Amino acid sequence: MSAGTLDRRAAVKMLLQNRGETLVITGLGSSTYDTFAAGDHDANFYLWGAMGGAALMGLGLALAQPNKPVLVITGDGEQLMGLGGLVTIGVQNPKNLTIAVLDNGHFGETGMQMSHSGLGADLVAIAQSCGIASTFDVRDDAGLQTLREAVRDIASGPRFAAIRITNADHERALAPRDGVYVRNRMRQHLGLPIM
Amino acid sequence: MVETDSAPGVDWPAAIFSQLKAAGVSQISYVPDAGHARLIRMAHGDPSIKTIVLTTEEEGIAIAAGAWLGGEKSAVLLQSSGVGNCINMLSLANSCRFPLLMLVTMRGEWAEFNSWQVPMGQATPSVLEAMGMTVFRLEKPEDADEMISNAATLAFSGEQQIAVLISQRMIGRKKWVSK
Repeated sequence: MSAGTLDRRAAVKMLLQNRGETLVITGLGSSTYDTFAAGDHDANFYLWGAMGGAALMGLGLALAQPNKPVLVITGDGEQLMGLGGLVTIGVQNPKNLTIAVLDNGHFGETGMQMSHSGLGADLVAIAQSCGIASTFDVRDDAGLQTLREAVRDIASGPRFAAIRITNADHERALAPRDGVYVRNRMRQHLGLPIM
Repeated sequence: MVETDSAPGVDWPAAIFSQLKAAGVSQISYVPDAGHARLIRMAHGDPSIKTIVLTTEEEGIAIAAGAWLGGEKSAVLLQSSGVGNCINMLSLANSCRFPLLMLVTMRGEWAEFNSWQVPMGQATPSVLEAMGMTVFRLEKPEDADEMISNAATLAFSGEQQIAVLISQRMIGRKKWVSK
């Protein structure tokens, strides 16, 4: 699969336009850079490690904040490391969670090795078989706009989207790496106490 | 062969559950273990707890981080064999000072029949400590109340990463054949 035509940075920027109350978790590597490049926000949590954990962190957050849309933006390699998590999410069925995978079929951060997605695995079909009924195979701007509208709907998830991007590289946009700072910032944004 | 002959006396799974509730834990995630079977049943039976079955233990570490980000408290139940699956994900809790409360039922240390359980069981405390976690040992059923209460305060108010290792001696011998 993969081998898309969308530019990852432009796609993420479009996905986050008019984001409203959306809370965002990003997977390590380019997904974090793309999201930061689209504009820093108190409701963004950037992962710089914990590969395979982005969607599950989104699950914990979605269960804790059922009245706010939660959007996980990650890459195919990061999601492949946590594939079992899609089953866990399918069982929990959080209506306000969307997992958007920027799928270029490659491990971008480590030298553009082919990923399983690039070698034929279909992440959308995998998500469906894990019980995530609402899926999006995004190949153009119209598809991105449809997905963007869906993300804000907290009654009809969980959703899984594969956004088919090119493997064109971008300059890294370095989001803050201080996890305590980013964590506290989101908690304050949600009106929660910090230590 | 699913259940164990838990030692008579103090109902320590009930004590753990009531202390988790008292601490405000509202998400409990788990990979099943016979030693946690009663606690898991109690969690599923309580509509105020979101009970989450995992495919692998590290999922619970990420879920707990997301829960805390959104204002909920999450505990992770696992067996010592699952501690190894968590190692890199523990850097999430450590780097971001996410509170973490793991309740680990021990294998490979007391009347163990299955030698395959021994290496990870023996390595469990040092692996957790190597990743910066504070490790407590629950050896006696009557200590469960105080131990879980202390661990939950340290985790959720002190923002520490805590593992409580529940002694295999407390869980009892596993029945390998029905008779």
